Amino acid sequence: MAGEAALPRQNGELVFDAPWQGRVLGMALAVVRERGLDWDEFRHRLIAAIEADPTRPYYESWTAALTDLVVDLGVARAGEVDARASRVEP
Amino acid sequence: MTDDHGHHPAPLTDVERRARALEELLTEKGIVSPEFIDQVVEAYAQDIGPMNGAKVVARAWVDPEYKRRLLADGTAAIAELGIGGPEGDHIVAVENTPDVHNVVVCTLCSCYPWPVLGLPPTWYKSPPYRSRMVREPRTVLAEMGCDVPDDVEIRVWDSSAEMRYLVLPARPPGTDAVSEEDLAATVTRDAMIGVARP
Repeated sequence: MAGEAALPRQNGELVFDAPWQGRVLGMALAVVRERGLDWDEFRHRLIAAIEADPTRPYYESWTAALTDLVVDLGVARAGEVDARASRVEP
Repeated sequence: MTDDHGHHPAPLTDVERRARALEELLTEKGIVSPEFIDQVVEAYAQDIGPMNGAKVVARAWVDPEYKRRLLADGTAAIAELGIGGPEGDHIVAVENTPDVHNVVVCTLCSCYPWPVLGLPPTWYKSPPYRSRMVREPRTVLAEMGCDVPDDVEIRVWDSSAEMRYLVLPARPPGTDAVSEEDLAATVTRDAMIGVARP
């Protein structure tokens, strides 16, 4: 696997500012594909997440939208993601 | 996968914790695998990016029939070159002419034609770009170093789920003898968003 030094750059600009951003993008694509959804199922949650907090960093809105999608699909209960996040070890 | 970089891991931010929690949950449920995510990240690092769009533009410059098809149905025309994927539906190519300069924005989120341009740059996703490009495009373009002559009309295209725009820049003069491949190397991402003029 490529390390941090191989983070995506296009035209000299980082595509992701930090590794977690790529993970979130990959997860969103995987969930949509695995559940046979239309990409718009994710996109309309992303639009709502950006509208809810327009100045929040972009991939944080992705993370919020992915959380909403995962809960709406019944993969996790509301609050389960928060609870688990508080237990994550570095 | 082991964490092999850093003997002193930095404290995780809240969003990193959330991303980690989501990946754990989705992995446990068998919906994602860490390997799949690695593949996605690597694909966007190496295979999917503005070079795809540059190939499309260069083909349109050298092949008038292809250009006609591209302007008629962008999604089908990029598929001819083997390009497609998420955010690749409903691609609409808009042509710069001596009288018209096109520029693309997404005011709602950051709709963007991933298969031809890769992932959007940071500034494309910023609230100021998303709001100001619609209101005062000439000023914003000038601030970005793109001076559009006063007698050239600027058309701002707001991308959405239904339409994802790709600017077809004008072929630079004096390039009749340049090969398609060499032409492609001159096409920049910013020119295909419309914030630069080659």
